[in-house]
Amino acid sequence: MLAFLIKRTANAIFVMLSVSFIAFMIFRFVGDPVELMLNEQATQAQRDALRAKLGLDDPFIVQFTTFVKNAAQGDFGISFRNQQDVLAMIAERFPATFELVIVATLISLIVGIPLGVLTAIHRQRWYAETLQFTSIIGISLPSFVVGIGLILIFSVWLGWFPAFGRGETVDLGWWSTGLLTTSGRMSIILPALSLSLFQITLVMRLVRAEMLEVLRTDFIKFARARGIPARAINFRHALRNCLMPVVTMTAMQIGGLIAFALVTETVFQWPGMGLLFIQAVTFVDVPIMAGYLCIVALIFVTLNALVDITYAVIDPRLRGADK
Amino acid sequence: MTDTRPQTAPATIHGRLARFADSDLWWSFKNSKSAVGAATVLAFVIVTAFLAPVLAPQNPYDLAALELWNAELPPVWMQGGQMPFILGTDVQGRDILSGILYGTRISIFIGIASVAVSLAIGLLAGLAAGYYGGWVDNVLMRIGDVLLSIPIILAAILVSSVAQALLPPELREAGIAAVLVLAIALYSWVQYARVVRAQTMVERRKEYVQASRLVGTPGRRLMLKHILPNTLTPVFVAATLNFGLAILIEATLSFLGVGMPPNQPSLGTLIRVGNQYLFSGSWWIVLFPSVQLCILVVAVNMLGDWLRDALNPKLR
Repeated sequence: MLAFLIKRTANAIFVMLSVSFIAFMIFRFVGDPVELMLNEQATQAQRDALRAKLGLDDPFIVQFTTFVKNAAQGDFGISFRNQQDVLAMIAERFPATFELVIVATLISLIVGIPLGVLTAIHRQRWYAETLQFTSIIGISLPSFVVGIGLILIFSVWLGWFPAFGRGETVDLGWWSTGLLTTSGRMSIILPALSLSLFQITLVMRLVRAEMLEVLRTDFIKFARARGIPARAINFRHALRNCLMPVVTMTAMQIGGLIAFALVTETVFQWPGMGLLFIQAVTFVDVPIMAGYLCIVALIFVTLNALVDITYAVIDPRLRGADK
Repeated sequence: MTDTRPQTAPATIHGRLARFADSDLWWSFKNSKSAVGAATVLAFVIVTAFLAPVLAPQNPYDLAALELWNAELPPVWMQGGQMPFILGTDVQGRDILSGILYGTRISIFIGIASVAVSLAIGLLAGLAAGYYGGWVDNVLMRIGDVLLSIPIILAAILVSSVAQALLPPELREAGIAAVLVLAIALYSWVQYARVVRAQTMVERRKEYVQASRLVGTPGRRLMLKHILPNTLTPVFVAATLNFGLAILIEATLSFLGVGMPPNQPSLGTLIRVGNQYLFSGSWWIVLFPSVQLCILVVAVNMLGDWLRDALNPKLR
């Protein structure tokens, strides 16, 4: 177990080092940082001073080490565009993205699990087949098209929900939440729905596949023979045995959702990290791009490692099998 | 000697067609309503897209053909709609239908090109990793692991925006399609490489490979001519599904503004442009390109889904 832990952690660290290398290359070689940070009237002496301060004349490996050291302490430098600390800017936007992702995940579980159970137990009925068929469409629909469609129907035509922004927010210490105000709750519905559609179909298909497997097992047959009502068998006994893979998949998908939220955030002008990143890309604001890449990769890699380790704790067979 | 060639060529083509018509795959295709439907729709979309210069009422790239008094016309079935602008026009007086036909052509082209590039990289990397093993295998698979640990959309945005920033300005316009193809291919080769690697490691130990090696077939020829064909079935399925994914990623990048520029619009660019007029009541500018994109991707994915089941020996 200890060996597995060490290997898995080493793997995660290796990946993070590679990602920070990519971030460093972007920072160092997309445009000249000195040109981007100073205005055009800057004298040669100012340029040289800044070059020396940024350490741009140091050997490559020294520069990279400094970059990693700073990044590990949360120092990604200063935004070229509005001269603020990158980490502070990303941290300020983080709650918006996190709330969006969490609400989307909840929606996908609340909708996806019952649909999966229904399509599994009523496999032959027409509505189960229709659902299974439409789930392919759900997986194929581009998320931004879904978002635009939702805006067109529910904001432009029906006028039920706001089409952009986060509504009013309440500050709880450093965390600003939109979930405590009515306008905030109304605002999150459409973006969360559009982000969760893909997730709903994934959860539904996974639950259906798992249920079909479990329903064939002996203990379910035995429960039926004992005369336990169908509802109790399906939801209390069978479903409980399907939830493990659903939980792990959901956990692993959260990292991906945080990254993918940038598309949803662009459609709905949701003031999260992703929108910040897309704006940084448009203005070639390299420190923000590099910082965002490192932070999202860190979340992604940490979650994946945690899921793998949890799996190994639960199921000892996995400890030796995987490198 | 000279006269046998012209005779055998048509015979083998005919023979292959006959063999295909007799195969399990064709039988399964004929009997799957969704596969036939998806293939028909896909064929229609592809053919109309490639005949765009003939079919489209207007050349959307020709700025001289645009008339501003035709701007923001609704579709013909609505009040104020005019022929030949069947699906209406955008704010510059560009015909939506023509834009969609040309845009689909660009989307499909980028999809095919990125699948081709990633297949080429993935097959070679997978063969090399599986055949040679050792450090080759380790290095290639580690690179793949790192790539897959960055979410795909993020990787594609970074590659495409960085490459565009690095391209010299005069190449930026022409090179952007190539950049997008690279951005997508750079990520998706890993999947092919993994599949081919696993299969190669199995095939490598089989007798026909040993025998071929004994008679002195060089390693490269052995890999490409003998092992590769035996690893292709799962690759074929993955390629179909990745074609749909590639079109989706390209559309997303273009929608986010890091893909095709407005003067060479793909479907994603058209949606990006139309999205600005969502609140002005001109919903047709954004709706029709979106519908076309959905039809295209859904058709490809349904075909891929069928292919996966049809080629899966467990489900036969």
